[in-house]
Amino acid sequence: MIKQKIVLRFPPHVVEQPTIYHLIKDYDLMVNILRADINPRKEGRLMMELSGSESNYQRALEWMKEQGLKIISLEQQIIWQQDRCTHCGACTVICPTGALCFTRPEMTVRFAEEKCVVCELCLRACPARAMETLVDSENSL
Amino acid sequence: MKQIRTIEEINEKIRAGKVVVMTAEEVIGLVEEKGVNEAAAAVDVVTTGTFGPMCSSGVFLNLGHPQPRIKINEAYLNGVPAYAGIAAVDIYLGATALPPRDPANRNYPGEFVYGGAHVIEDLVAGKEIRLDASSYGTDCYPLKRIKTSFRLAEINEATLYNPRNAYQNYNVAVNLGQKNIYTYMGILKPNLGNANYSSAGQLSPLFNDPYLKTIGIGTRLFLGGGIGYVAWNGTQHNPSAERGSTGVPNYPAATLALVGDLKQMKPRWLRGLSYLGYGATLQVGVGIPIPILDEGMMSHCAIRDEEIMAPILDYQRAYPYRESGNLGLVSYADLKSGSITVSGKKVPTASLSSYAGAREIAETLKEWISGGDFELTSPAASLPAHDAGISLKPMPQRDPDGQEDQ
Repeated sequence: MIKQKIVLRFPPHVVEQPTIYHLIKDYDLMVNILRADINPRKEGRLMMELSGSESNYQRALEWMKEQGLKIISLEQQIIWQQDRCTHCGACTVICPTGALCFTRPEMTVRFAEEKCVVCELCLRACPARAMETLVDSENSL
Repeated sequence: MKQIRTIEEINEKIRAGKVVVMTAEEVIGLVEEKGVNEAAAAVDVVTTGTFGPMCSSGVFLNLGHPQPRIKINEAYLNGVPAYAGIAAVDIYLGATALPPRDPANRNYPGEFVYGGAHVIEDLVAGKEIRLDASSYGTDCYPLKRIKTSFRLAEINEATLYNPRNAYQNYNVAVNLGQKNIYTYMGILKPNLGNANYSSAGQLSPLFNDPYLKTIGIGTRLFLGGGIGYVAWNGTQHNPSAERGSTGVPNYPAATLALVGDLKQMKPRWLRGLSYLGYGATLQVGVGIPIPILDEGMMSHCAIRDEEIMAPILDYQRAYPYRESGNLGLVSYADLKSGSITVSGKKVPTASLSSYAGAREIAETLKEWISGGDFELTSPAASLPAHDAGISLKPMPQRDPDGQEDQ
């Protein structure tokens, strides 16, 4: 069994294909969609958690690449720039999953990447703008 | 109260390398263990710190004269307007100033990605700053327009002058409304979704000298990573605010106007901030040494978060419209625990002031003093204190064109 959080980026020509249907039907994967959006240029972005057998997961990745989808690891989507962070803690009440949390008694901010669902609320909630998104990252799997 | 040492005696010990300095956090344990008298006898100086957003901050710059000379009438630094209504090449850049083209809250909530505070951070970081200035031209100052760039080290003076810093206590902001609000106290989620506060509590300078007995005009301090001084009382200085049994005010009270040479400060302690839907502001690092001149001062410096209270206020209605609506007092110990109870509801808390930063500032100041790099000053004059009869005035509102009050 494998469980992975990934981000799929759809170029406009595949945005209307039933990708999720194929992931479930052809590759027997469980799909948990965390977030999805389509921008005005009709490029789509889908964040999800996939689980299933290792071989099916790898075959599904190959198939998605053939379809022209770009696959990015979700944990690299939001970057915490530690040198910009002043450890005020304003983000900790905005982050819905507790990925950004406060460590006591040190009173410092901690970013637990594995809990992040890339909702991006922290980007603008951080007064020091210490949170950054790598939407256009070339960091493909 | 009997004086146990003078500032001059402390400075002699600093010069001799024999001074004993502790932070306001460290003396809490010492006083609990040994008692006030023994702690006061052992410790000469207690250092404090705070690192929070302080909107009333800015910098006076003298840019030097170009050839030919100019009497600047309008000035923009990296596109951010500076006040030019003083002498020819003197300008004042305020932390909250925004470029004229910033969409502000027309695109609500506005992002305010770059304002005066960000220019100040870039200046201190030694970055190249673009200047666009214009004038109407005079016989003595003929130049009408200049566009150039400069770095901090290349101009004559850069004096940080902050009209209101280091607030002695502040409100805890909540939202009783039905939708998100965007304030200088951060994003406040509806229906008491969160409670935001902004003070270092037990480490904050003015909680450790609540009656302003040692902090006065001319007090030398840590400002923005360099050395600064108390210039005056801050604006909205309200030392008459109601106090609790330990002597610290339960509401926003005293404030300080601080001044210092920007050229020796550090970008780490002067940070440009962008508050969503509110504006740009500057996060300023301030640390003040408290000389333990008598046992009473040690007793003040031993104040704990459990003993310092702050008022909870609704920023959706009560605060903006100046309506009454105090939702009670809460201690900084509770605020720092991560949640408080408001009207029977458990509410998560967050700070806008960095306690980790405050702690680092108090430690740094301790090292400066212990290392002989920083001597204490006696105030040139006292600040108006609790007995000065000050009360905060609202803005007079009347028809300026008519004869009668509205």
